Amino acid sequence: MALYSEVVMDHFTHPRNVGVIENADGVGEVGNAKCGDIMKIYLKIENDIIVDVKFETFGCGSAIASYSMATEMIKGKSINDAMALTNKAVAEALDGLPAHKLHCSVLAEEAIKSALKDYYDRNGIPYDKKLFPDCENCAHCHE
Amino acid sequence: MQVYADNAATTKISGHALQAMMPCFEKFYGNPSSLHSVGQEAKEVLEDARAKVAACLGCEPREVYFTSGGSEADNQAIISAARFGARKNKKHIISTAFEHHAVLHTLNKLENEGFEITLLDVSNGHNVTAQQVKDAIREDTCLVTCMYANNEIGSILPIAQIGAVCKEAGVPFHTDAVQAVGHLQINVKEQNIDMLSLSGHKFHGPKGVGALYVRRGLPLVNVIEGGAQERGKRAGTENLPGIVGMAAALADACANLEENNKKVTALRDKLIEGLSKIPHCALNGDPVNRLPGNVSFCFEGIEGESLLLLLDMQGVAASSGSACTSGSLDPSHVLLAIGRVHDVAHGSLRLSLSHYNTEEEIDHILKVVPEVVSLLRNMSPVWRDLQTGKREYIL
Ligand SMILES: Cc1ncc(COP(=O)(O)O)c(C=O)c1O
Repeated sequence: MALYSEVVMDHFTHPRNVGVIENADGVGEVGNAKCGDIMKIYLKIENDIIVDVKFETFGCGSAIASYSMATEMIKGKSINDAMALTNKAVAEALDGLPAHKLHCSVLAEEAIKSALKDYYDRNGIPYDKKLFPDCENCAHCHE
Repeated sequence: MQVYADNAATTKISGHALQAMMPCFEKFYGNPSSLHSVGQEAKEVLEDARAKVAACLGCEPREVYFTSGGSEADNQAIISAARFGARKNKKHIISTAFEHHAVLHTLNKLENEGFEITLLDVSNGHNVTAQQVKDAIREDTCLVTCMYANNEIGSILPIAQIGAVCKEAGVPFHTDAVQAVGHLQINVKEQNIDMLSLSGHKFHGPKGVGALYVRRGLPLVNVIEGGAQERGKRAGTENLPGIVGMAAALADACANLEENNKKVTALRDKLIEGLSKIPHCALNGDPVNRLPGNVSFCFEGIEGESLLLLLDMQGVAASSGSACTSGSLDPSHVLLAIGRVHDVAHGSLRLSLSHYNTEEEIDHILKVVPEVVSLLRNMSPVWRDLQTGKREYIL
């Protein structure tokens, strides 16, 4: 059996939405190079709709695939839809991930939330803090 | 083009070894412990294989114990020295920080039982010196175990010098020579090696078979209890096809050692020279005292698993010490031990060659690795930060 599903391999070898958006409306970055996984995401938002999204990553195959899939899933969607995206939905859309790679889909969800939080902060839009992960203190990277 | 460049993980069995194994399934299928002639014939084949292995190591056949591989040999050597040390109240063991897990995990187990373990630093020149060993030896040291050559970064340790230091101090010396046997000239007597582990599948023999050399007179304890095979020190009906295949492969490897080394070293040096041109990379391991087939690099700004997957799609089978290839969040202990920081250790690539590799294959690797590295760097936020000066280059 192959390590990854066909969908994962497709998104890994042909990642969608790789790149940078200059003048993005929201930018999120999660993970760090120490634990070998960084995801940076850029959002362009118009009238509460995510009109464009790009990502960059320093990560393994499943990380690249997770971010590619997650960005596809929120592109053209409303902010509320993007807020509702779960890591489970990303993993399912990829036809599953190996157990020790599930954190890649978690990172994808957190990166999107962190970019949306950035968007809210920049525009002074009030939000419920509980909806956002505390990325400064997240336990992904054990010391 | 398909290029197998992961010979440190395992090797393709040689035609000769495979040929030697076949009669053990069809003709010499007897149990070497049986009294009848079918059994006794198998016993002869077994002892012939033992003599071949002994000849390659420069020891007596009776000093060779067949095992299920390198891991078992390492376990048995270390546990034996520890048990006999403890009887004399000697509970200190010296090793290095970049040993294989077969050694390190056995040492961890002993540490939990009250042994004191000194792991020698390997950050200086990506190697250890005999002086470091000498300085670490104490009254209560019951074993020095240092690998002959490192499986990830290829450094060859000064084994003869370490052997001399141990002999002078009267401390037993074990070496995990899994990566060295069949590739480097070894003579256990001249190098003062008391115990040595080897594994068949690293020199074009079969998997699941290995051997432990133990100098005559040194006590051994069983790791596997049962029948009286292997002079009572390793129970279980002998894996005759495996043992015979391993012995045939080893005899070939030793007979062609110089010729193979010359060829593989030339391929290695070409590969190292070519890959060094990639910006912001570094060679891992001792640049001079280095296994003929080992090429190990760290590339800044990328992650090793995605590198391996993309190389695989270009037909290149390689390995990496990145966390994502190990199933944990930490990169290889070897890369950390030589002083590579996490960020850089994640971007490692090991290419390990054999005499089956060709110059055309090296050219193919040299074409695809730079392409894949730049593809990944172009989607890496770390690389962008390095390029825009937001982060400082380490390599
Ligand atoms: C240095 C070293 N020691 C021990 C081993 C374990 O050998 P085996 O796979 O035969 O148990 C290996 C190979 O994986 C190795 O490279």
